[in-house]
Amino acid sequence: MSFVLSLLSRIGIMTIFALSYNMLLGQTGLLSFGHAVYFGLGSFATLHLLNALVAHGLPVSITLLPLFGGLAGLAFGLLFGFFTTRRAGTTFAMISLGIGEMVASSSLMFPAFFGGEGGITGNRVTGRGLFGIDYGTPLQMYCLIAAWAALCLLLTYGLTQTPLGRLANAVRDNPERVEFIGYSPHSIRYRMVALAGFFAGIAGGLSALQYEIVTAEALSDHLSGLVILMAFVGGTGTFYGPLIGAALVTVLQVAVASVTPAWPFYFGLVFLLIVLYAPGGIAGLLVQHKAVWQAGLLRRLLPAYLVAALPGAAVLLGTVAVVEMAYARGPERGDARLHLLFLPLDARSAVSWVLAAAAIAAGILLLKIASKQVAERWESVHAALAEAPR
Amino acid sequence: MEFTLISLLNGVTYGLLLFMLCGGLTLIFSMMGILNFAHASFYMLGAYLAFQLSAWLGFWPAFFLAPPLVGVAGALVERYGLRRAHRHGHVAELLFTFGLSFLAVEMVQLVWGKAVVDYRVPPSLEGTLFTLYSTSFPVYKGFMMLVSVGMLALLAALLAYTRTGLIIKAALSRPDMMQALGHDVPRIFTLVFAGGAALAGLAGVIGGNAFVTEPGMAAAVGPIVFVVVVVGGLGSLLGAFVASLLIGILQTFMVGWDYSIIDVARLFGMQLHSTSALTRLSLTQLAPIMPYLLMVAILIFRPRGLMGARS
Amino acid sequence: MSAAPALRLSGLCKSFGNAVILKGVELTIAKGERHAIIGPNGAGKSTLFDVISARLPASSGSVALNGEDVSGLGPLAIHRRGLSRSFQITNIFPSLTVFDNLRCSVLWSLGYRYSFWNRLARLRDARERAGEVLEQIGLQRRRETLAGVLSYAEQRALEIGITIAGGASVLLLDEPTSGMSRSESDEAVALIRKVTAGKTLVMVEHDMSVVFGLADRISVLVYGQILATGTPAEIRASAVVQEAYLGKSFTHA
Repeated sequence: MSFVLSLLSRIGIMTIFALSYNMLLGQTGLLSFGHAVYFGLGSFATLHLLNALVAHGLPVSITLLPLFGGLAGLAFGLLFGFFTTRRAGTTFAMISLGIGEMVASSSLMFPAFFGGEGGITGNRVTGRGLFGIDYGTPLQMYCLIAAWAALCLLLTYGLTQTPLGRLANAVRDNPERVEFIGYSPHSIRYRMVALAGFFAGIAGGLSALQYEIVTAEALSDHLSGLVILMAFVGGTGTFYGPLIGAALVTVLQVAVASVTPAWPFYFGLVFLLIVLYAPGGIAGLLVQHKAVWQAGLLRRLLPAYLVAALPGAAVLLGTVAVVEMAYARGPERGDARLHLLFLPLDARSAVSWVLAAAAIAAGILLLKIASKQVAERWESVHAALAEAPR
Repeated sequence: MEFTLISLLNGVTYGLLLFMLCGGLTLIFSMMGILNFAHASFYMLGAYLAFQLSAWLGFWPAFFLAPPLVGVAGALVERYGLRRAHRHGHVAELLFTFGLSFLAVEMVQLVWGKAVVDYRVPPSLEGTLFTLYSTSFPVYKGFMMLVSVGMLALLAALLAYTRTGLIIKAALSRPDMMQALGHDVPRIFTLVFAGGAALAGLAGVIGGNAFVTEPGMAAAVGPIVFVVVVVGGLGSLLGAFVASLLIGILQTFMVGWDYSIIDVARLFGMQLHSTSALTRLSLTQLAPIMPYLLMVAILIFRPRGLMGARS
Repeated sequence: MSAAPALRLSGLCKSFGNAVILKGVELTIAKGERHAIIGPNGAGKSTLFDVISARLPASSGSVALNGEDVSGLGPLAIHRRGLSRSFQITNIFPSLTVFDNLRCSVLWSLGYRYSFWNRLARLRDARERAGEVLEQIGLQRRRETLAGVLSYAEQRALEIGITIAGGASVLLLDEPTSGMSRSESDEAVALIRKVTAGKTLVMVEHDMSVVFGLADRISVLVYGQILATGTPAEIRASAVVQEAYLGKSFTHA
């Protein structure tokens, strides 16, 4: 039960973070490689405020404390955003990375604030709970996270329906033209970065309360990378895509990590495949197929998909075998024998390697043929969709 | 005096190595508009390949074999990955190289493990080249300088005197003109990408044993490489060269100077009495973030970079 | 209204390195006038528009809009002072709907600035103004279509719609009928006549039937200088113009 609660809590936090990230990537077209900065600084600020309030014997409202994290994120968004948003595109990406690295490396320079290697800790149970809610149990904490996540979901969705939200889309599409309808692309980007910082800070604040510890990891490029993964795998083209991504990636992280130490490798591979073959992410695939399904044409696609699934499975199995055997052989593991589903493999036997390689090679070959089929079917579906009245 | 000279030598060595890394990145970025996130991964790959090959064949075969192998890896990445990602736009390209850099680290850990590998300077290049006052300057640093300068001279000659080099130079300032002039653009892109990767690989080969060869080495140098490109300015190899040396020398000096900000202020006649964490920081502690501070300063005061032709 | 001209260009120069594109353009356009700028390819017509609208900085000279010197201001400042332009190469927001393209274009003029507290759907004036423009450009049936999938002629109409939506008093249209068929361009002329009623129009156009059908006055730009300015009849009759420009390209234009 507590495992499920802690997983759900993490999903809630990551949902807010991914939504905040997509305000930049999906809605404004800004690819940031340093979004963890706002999450982390929000985390540290929240925990410091909590500790300071407790130390001075002042009343603490844990319920509202994440808001302070949000304000810290907003403040830093206003500070850094001013420099980063002068340019878009690749330059923005590069600068956001630089700022991210700068903040992450300064965390070791100011141990008084960041707590050095060990980070800083706090205690969210201050004994002043209203109606007996003191956030002493995981369930109460989960409810707080869920409430904040729901609120942030409403607010971020609401933002897409405002002038600024729509202008951000316009800047993403065509920044030059925005200037000729009387708006400054820099100002629009700047506001979006600041607001995204606000929501990232809330997520950070909740994370600080949930774990009662914040380390430099909260500012790191790992976390920045993770949120890119979530937003992109879920799909940046839709509002709800990052929600799917945050939930899926968080669950998979726990699930796959419990089975194999190679999980970061698989994550990287899946990410690359999505970038190359489905840049709309899961939500993009859903949107594509929804139209087909509504037109009743899904039947035309399914057979081709089934045909492609077989060699796909072979490639998957072969790849997993190779990766697992490599890990098993690697310096960190002793035992070279392992089981993949029902297949016994031995990383020291050439037969296992050859079999795995053959599965991959044959799979790729067949997949190429099958993918032609799929493409043909798609073409026919597209043609049928175009003919249908809108 | 002794400190200054030695630091200067060390800084130049480091700066030249940085430029071997950044030169290729600048070329790729300026011509193709691709910020190759995985560029530092080629540096790492070079070091690991050199480690493995020198274990099997000795240092010299590794020295000559590893960079071309990294170049081939670069060509494959460009041909089968980037070109496909390109269809989905610049963001997809950037994310592709980002994912690749992540995967590269995992792959290296898969094969060689998470620990530091024992990639050493070969015995033939051990020892002291000369002694300055009381500090010795190792032979290997001299070798690194020699290789860097030699490689750069070769590159400059290739750019100045070969047909492809001239096309590449022209493309640096006007990438849109290349296609118009009827050149085989995809082939040149692959070539430049492979060349840049091979250069980064060479930097890994000679840098991996001078510093450390470990899975974190790409992440350690990667962001600094981007800083060099921003500071140097888009489309300018010379700018990247100057920025590399600047950052190399500055960082080396800062690591060596154990003054605090209070001391620096006193130097300029200011008396700071504050005991805040900021003023008590020593320059040594500031060294890791110096490149980023420099980048922010450049962005504020000179957004085109030191020698950028385009913004 | 004051008596100041809508647009006055004095000694406007623009050069790229050694290439001098505009060599001291002098031009005064009165309020409410429909003015066409014609000239051979490479005469600097598009560059002139870019300099007036501050897409490119002028090398020297000045631009006065409704009597106010706007030289050195950026594109958005000039837009906010009432000058709006269209582009020769369609320049719209492809992944927004047609309606949102227009709605974004009216927001500034209605004073909503960068608001993130108003809901777009509740902004009646923005909805109505965008609806009016939508009707004017005849794309009501395409209201919820993504702009990027419109046909070429529809995108050109939207381009004009975006340009006029903000209610600017001076409109610069850069080859509004380029690439259109005869019937499409006839429709475009009717559209331009309708939407520019009561405004000042400056347009660059290659299609002489469009030019002579719409313009009150015409300027001929050759090698970065205004060769002649006059009514369509005067321009048609001008020997200088005949010699420099029309004589050659009039027939195949």
